Amino acid sequence: MQFKSKDFSEAERVLKIRKLKVGLTGRPDAAPVLNEIDLDIRAGETHCLVGESGSGKSVTSLAVMGLLPKDALEVQGGLIDLEGFDITAATHAQMRELRAQRIAMIFQEPMTALNPVLRVGEQIEEVLAMHTDLSGSEAKARVLDIMDQVHLPDVERIYRAFPHQLSGGQRQRIMIAMALVLDPDLLIADEPTTALDVTTQLQILKLIAEMQERHGTAVLFITHDMGVVAEIADTVSVMQKGRIVERAPIRQLLTDPKEAYTRKLLTAVPSLGPRMRRDGDGAKPVLEVAGLDMTYGGTGIFRKSKAVHAVQDAHFSIAPGRTLGIVGESGSGKSTVARCIMRLIDPTGGEITVSGKEISTLGRRALQPHRKSLQIVFQDPYRSLNPRWTVARSLCEGPINFGVSKAEAMKTAAELMELVELPRDALDRYPHQFSGGQRQRIAIARAVAMKPDLLVADEAVSALDVSVQAQVLDLLADVQKRFGVALLFITHDLRVAAQICDEVLVMQKGKVVEAGPADEVLLHPGHDYTRSLIEAAPGREWDFANFRALTGAPLTQGATP
Amino acid sequence: MLGYILKRVLATIPVMAIVAIFVFLLLRLTPGDPAAILAGDAATPDQLERIRDRLGLNDPLYIQFFTWVGQLLQGDLGTSLISNTSVSSMIGNRIGPTINIALMTILISVALAVPMGVIAAWRHRTWVDFLVMSFSVLGFSVPVFVIGYILIQIFAIELRWVPVQGYVSPGEDFGDFFVRAIMPSLTLATIYIALIARMTRASMLEVLGEDYIRTARAKGVRENVVLFRHALRNAAVPILTIIGTGFALLISGVVVTESVFNIPGIGRLTVDAILARDYPVIQAMILLTAGIYVVVNLLVDISYSFFDPRIRY
Repeated sequence: MQFKSKDFSEAERVLKIRKLKVGLTGRPDAAPVLNEIDLDIRAGETHCLVGESGSGKSVTSLAVMGLLPKDALEVQGGLIDLEGFDITAATHAQMRELRAQRIAMIFQEPMTALNPVLRVGEQIEEVLAMHTDLSGSEAKARVLDIMDQVHLPDVERIYRAFPHQLSGGQRQRIMIAMALVLDPDLLIADEPTTALDVTTQLQILKLIAEMQERHGTAVLFITHDMGVVAEIADTVSVMQKGRIVERAPIRQLLTDPKEAYTRKLLTAVPSLGPRMRRDGDGAKPVLEVAGLDMTYGGTGIFRKSKAVHAVQDAHFSIAPGRTLGIVGESGSGKSTVARCIMRLIDPTGGEITVSGKEISTLGRRALQPHRKSLQIVFQDPYRSLNPRWTVARSLCEGPINFGVSKAEAMKTAAELMELVELPRDALDRYPHQFSGGQRQRIAIARAVAMKPDLLVADEAVSALDVSVQAQVLDLLADVQKRFGVALLFITHDLRVAAQICDEVLVMQKGKVVEAGPADEVLLHPGHDYTRSLIEAAPGREWDFANFRALTGAPLTQGATP
Repeated sequence: MLGYILKRVLATIPVMAIVAIFVFLLLRLTPGDPAAILAGDAATPDQLERIRDRLGLNDPLYIQFFTWVGQLLQGDLGTSLISNTSVSSMIGNRIGPTINIALMTILISVALAVPMGVIAAWRHRTWVDFLVMSFSVLGFSVPVFVIGYILIQIFAIELRWVPVQGYVSPGEDFGDFFVRAIMPSLTLATIYIALIARMTRASMLEVLGEDYIRTARAKGVRENVVLFRHALRNAAVPILTIIGTGFALLISGVVVTESVFNIPGIGRLTVDAILARDYPVIQAMILLTAGIYVVVNLLVDISYSFFDPRIRY
C-alpha cells in the first residue's frame, strides 16, 4: 500500500496547539472535554484526527474555528496559535476576518451544511463579498473559476442551482469550493465523506488531495474511518476521551501502534475478506421474493408525473438461519426492498412469500397475523425507540398485541436483556439513558421478542463506532444461531457485509446487478459496478487487524480460516 | 404554478357551498324573528304575518335557500330585511375602514414582532429574550378593550397627540387617516405582535441550530447577515402561516375595536345585523369572511415558494 508520509520538518508550521483545555462553560472544575491537547500541522501536511464518537475530535476543530457553542463549551486554558496569532485571545471581529481567509472548514453533511434557500453560487460569492472588495462581475468570475477547479460540470447552471437540486457529491464539491475560494492556509475537514457513498467518497478524497497539492494547504482531517486515514494521512493523532493518546506518521501507526487503544481501534476494523462459507442445509426458504417492483409516481389527476422505478424485478430468497446482504449506494433501492418486504409500503408488482404465504397484496387486516414473523431493526437507535416509553414497555408491546399475557411478555423481556447483555434493571429505564450501541441492542431485543422468522436489519450498524459495530454484529450472529432466524442485512458498507453475509445481492439504481455467495461476489466480482464498489473501499490494501499490508490477491485474506 | 392556483381556486367552490348551506340553516334554527323587530312592539299578529309574507319568510326553507343561492350566483347578495338597501352596498360602504385598519395593524405587527422574535432567539436566555417573552405574555392576556381605553387615556386625553375616536378615509386625507388609525391599529396589534414574535422566536431558535448557520459563521459572515439572510428566510414558513391567519382573524374580529374607537367598519355592521336578525346581511358577512380566509390562505401558500425554493407547486 502506498502511504503519503513525507518529511514535513522543513515546512512552515501553520497551526500549533499547546495544552489546549476546553470544558463546560462556567465550570472549570468539571471534567474537561479536551484535556491538554498538543497538535502541530505544517503547510501541505494532512493531519488526521481519529477516535470514536465523543472523543473530542469535533470539539477540537470547533475550538480552532472559534465556533464552540458558547453557552455550553469554553476554552479554559492553553494556546491555539495560527501562524503566530493566538486564536484563544481573538475578538469576534478578528475571528471573522480569519475565517475563510486563513482557516476554512468543511462539514460532514453537505445537505444540511448548505443553506437550502440560497443559490449555491451566491453562497460561495458571499465569502468574497464579506472578505474582499471585488466587483460583482469579478467575484462571479472567481466563483465560477473555483467551481471549475473542484470539477463541477456546467458551472454556469450549477451556480444558479439550489442545494436540493444537486447530488451529495456535488454539494460537497460546493462546500470545498466555498472553503478554498480565498486560498486559506488551513483547511479543517470534519468527517467530510462520512455521509457519502464509497465511490463519491473516493472522488472527494482525491479532490481534497488535489486542491491541497495545488494550494499547499495544511489539512486537519477528522474521521472515524481507519480506511480513509490509511488513504490520505501524513500524520495521525488518536484521540480518546479528550486526550491525544498517540501521534505518529501514518505508516508507523498502522504497522507498529504503541498504545493499547490504538491497537483496539485498528483490530476492530472489519476485513473486506468475506466470512467462511457456511453450507445451507437445504431447508425451505423463509422468504421468497419474485419480480418485486416498486414504482413511484407516473399517475396524476391533472398531468402525469414522471415515474421513478425504485425497485425493478428483484428476485431472491432466504433460508432459515442464513444471512442475505443487500449492498448498494444511496438511491439503489435497497431500503425500498426492505420496506416492501415489511409491507410498510405497498409494492407495485411481484410476489413476496413469507413461510409459504404470499403477502404482497394482503390488506391491512389480513396482513396483521403475518406481521409477527417479520421484524426490523432500523439504522438510528436514537430515533427508533419511543423516548417516552420504558424499555420494558417497548419490548412487551408487540407480544401483548399478539395475545401474550403481560406477565409472560415481561418474563421474555427479562430473558432478552440477558441475551443482549444488558442488566435486568435496564427494563425500567428510558432510551436516553443508554449509549448508541446499547440502544441498538434494545432495538434488536425488541425485534427478537416477537420470535420472528425473518429479521430485517436496515443499516443497523451504520451509525455506530467500529468497536461497537463489531459487538452488535456478534449479537446478531448469536441471535441467528440461537433462534435460527433468517437475516436480511441491508448495508452500504462492504466491510460489514463481508463480516456477516452468506449471500450478497448488489443493487444499483433499483436493479439487482449481481447476486451470489458472499465470497464469490466479493472475491470475484462479475459486474463492473460491484468491482467499482470494492475498489472504492478506502484502505482496502491494508490488513488493519494484523498491522500489515494485504499480500497477493488483496481480498483472499479473510476467507482462509 | 398557474395550474396549482387554478386547482386551488376550483377547490374553493365546495368549501363555499358548504359554508353557505351551513350558515343558512344555522340562522334559521336560532330563535328570533326579523319581522317582529321590523314591526316594532305595537304590531298586531296580522301585521306581522303580512311583513313575513312580504319578506318571503313564510316560504318553505328550501325555496328560501334556492332563491338566495340563485341571487348569489348572479352576484346579488340580497337586500337587508331591516333597512331595505342592498347588502352589497352596505358592505361596500363599510369594508374600506376595516380593511385599512387591518392592513395597518398587520404592517405594524410584522414590523415590530419579527425583529423582536429574531433578537429574542439570537439572545436566547438573556434579559432581552426574557423581556420579549414577558411582553408576549402580557399581549396575550390583557383584553383588547382594556388596551384600547388605556391608549385613549394616555395619548388622546392626557397627551392630546391624537383624536379620541373617529375615522377618515386615507383617500381623503392620509395624515388625518394615520393619526386616527394608529391607535386602533396599535390596540389590535398587541396580540398579533405577541403571537408573531413568539412564532418568530421559536422558528428562529430551531433554524439557528442548523448546520448551515454554523457554515455561515465559519465563512466569517457578520451576525446580522447570519440572522436576516441565512436564518430568517429558512424560518419564514411558520411565521407566514401565522401572519396569514392573523390577517384573516383581524377582518372578522374587529368588532370590539370598532366599537371602542367608533369606526364605521364591517364589525359594527355585523353586530347590528345579528341583533336585528337581518338574515341576508349576516349570511353575506359570513360568506365574505370565509372567502377572505380562503384567499389569504392561498396567498400564504403561494408565498411559501417565494421564500423556500424547495416548495414548488
